[in-house]
Amino acid sequence: MSFPWAEQYKPQNPLMQWLDSRLPLPRFVFNAVGAGYPVPRNLNYFWNFGVLSGAALAIQIITGIILAMHYAANGGVAFDSVEHIMRDVNSGWLIRYGHANGASMFFIVVYLHIFRGLFYGSYKAPREMVWLLGLVIFLLMMATAFMGYVLPWGQMSFWGAKVITGLFGAIPLVGEPIQTWLLGGFAPDNAALNRFFSLHYLLPFVIAGVIILHIWALHIPGSSNPTGVEVKTEQDTVPFHPYYTAKDGFGLGVFLIVFAILLFFAPNFLGHPDNYIPANPMSTPAHIVPEWYFWPFYAILRAFTVDFLFIPAKLLGVMAMFASILLLFLLPWLDTSPVRSGHYRPLFRQFFWVLIVDVLILGYCGGAPAAEPYVMISQLAAAYYFAHFLIILPIVSKIEKPAPLPASITDAVLSKQAN
Amino acid sequence: MATLEQSAENAGINEAGVRRRDFINIAAVSFAGVGAGTALIPLVNQMNPSADVLAMASIEVDISAIQPGQAIKTMWRKQPMFIRNLTAAEIAAAEKVDVATLRDPQTLEERTKEGKRNWLITKGVCTHLGCVPLGAGEGEVKGEFGGYFCPCHGSYYDTAARIRKGPAPKNLEVPEYSFTSDTVVQIG
Ligand code: HEM
Ligand code: FES
Repeated sequence: MSFPWAEQYKPQNPLMQWLDSRLPLPRFVFNAVGAGYPVPRNLNYFWNFGVLSGAALAIQIITGIILAMHYAANGGVAFDSVEHIMRDVNSGWLIRYGHANGASMFFIVVYLHIFRGLFYGSYKAPREMVWLLGLVIFLLMMATAFMGYVLPWGQMSFWGAKVITGLFGAIPLVGEPIQTWLLGGFAPDNAALNRFFSLHYLLPFVIAGVIILHIWALHIPGSSNPTGVEVKTEQDTVPFHPYYTAKDGFGLGVFLIVFAILLFFAPNFLGHPDNYIPANPMSTPAHIVPEWYFWPFYAILRAFTVDFLFIPAKLLGVMAMFASILLLFLLPWLDTSPVRSGHYRPLFRQFFWVLIVDVLILGYCGGAPAAEPYVMISQLAAAYYFAHFLIILPIVSKIEKPAPLPASITDAVLSKQAN
Repeated sequence: MATLEQSAENAGINEAGVRRRDFINIAAVSFAGVGAGTALIPLVNQMNPSADVLAMASIEVDISAIQPGQAIKTMWRKQPMFIRNLTAAEIAAAEKVDVATLRDPQTLEERTKEGKRNWLITKGVCTHLGCVPLGAGEGEVKGEFGGYFCPCHGSYYDTAARIRKGPAPKNLEVPEYSFTSDTVVQIG
């Protein structure tokens, strides 16, 4: 669906007319990201991160396919083949650092994209499906990145694979057979490495498929905006092209500059030096940590140190970690306030920032060694994380008195200009 | 079509009111469903350990050179194994513990073979998240219970490799093994 005032696709060129009546692909593009898609006129730069996530995925796919041309998924040579990429393959270092740092950039923009959704209430009706599909993409990304990190077959790769598949070992009764089944052996080895490579190659394309659904679902109600007030008249919108192609293009430039700084000046800053040691099943690195983008969840995993009732601590940690993400699937129904944007929700806004600080604390603890005071801090922060969504948010939605909303997007824009 | 179906006889409805075409539909779809389900079995099962991985499932180790108080690390099913020759003091320490107070109650007797009380053979895999504990190698820390210490999240094991402190839920696992002679054990 689109607004009735959307521009129509009218090809002038006979070739394009011929194509339009046979395979209307240009029409599809025109209506999706061209002049045929009316978008609220007041989007700020937080609305750039969707397009930037797409750009990051494209970068991962391109660099990944090239890496796969030189990489060998065999426990005996995988580590050496990555070193071969780094030292011998022409520009191999660039492609590999691009892929490794590209993954970090991907998570940075996706986290900001999620942040945007949380603050502006983009998950609320009628965009619940957009939010849910976004979370599916997030889960797929995490699986993809985890399996990618195993491929260089360094110490962190090996022990990461062992610890993460070990999480499934926490499931009662069937846990250990599941772990063996996932690995195709009793510990990570060739079988595991090969299947992870196969899936690491596949999943990004599955992600691309889910992104199409995500955008399809978005285009039914159209984009939300910083006021959270729905589009009412033609005045409230501008065509996607040229307005937002230009704005997104500028954002893409900034994104690429940040990416280039990371890639050329600090390519190993976000990595872990132990992954330059070949995998050794006989010795564990002193301090196993996942990549930075998993830290908040890793902190929740490790926050459980004592058994509760008949449930062992290990299983509790695993359940809490998965629950912390699955909880987000319920968000559209936990936050019952009819007001979307945090700008007009004074109480929500305060708790929102507390949550952000809480997640940053969890992230810090997840990267720190599993010792005090970090364990205790993780426990408090993890408890708060769950309390925010399950207790605070529903109550705030009930008792809060929202600030008055502008009559329309145009009103909001014009009164801002008048000030 | 429509006129045909109006006539019960032509539509093949029997006395019980079952339409012949519905029966064929359900039967065909069920049959295809069973077939698809069966085809899924090998697709799932291929993920399990392959024959060559299983073929390395048993090893023989010569333990004659291990002195009391010493331990060796070896590899079984791609996992580290600890073989430890306990000293008399270590055996006594393990036997002194009140089993009822343990998280995973087991005696040293249950964890070793008859007449071979001094040979403690376990997997070198922490039951928490699978790190290799320290304590088998020369000069490695053994932790405050004198057995093994896992540095990953701080699990302490005693001289019978039983969990005493830290997040690990279980004792270090004792694999299936047997003594083929006084100096050779077969693991697996
Ligand atoms: C969702 C998109 C993707 C993400 C988040 C991702 C993430 C990662 C990560 C974190 C690594 C480890 C980097 C390192 O430490 O060296 C990696 C390695 C690898 N990836 Fe990807 N990847 C993605 C897409 C792809 C695609 C589409 C392919 C191939 C078609 C691919 C092929 C590879 C290969 C061959 C390696 C091993 C070489 C190396 O370690 O640099 N990746 N990936
Ligand atoms: S893996 Fe040994 S304490 Fe966590």
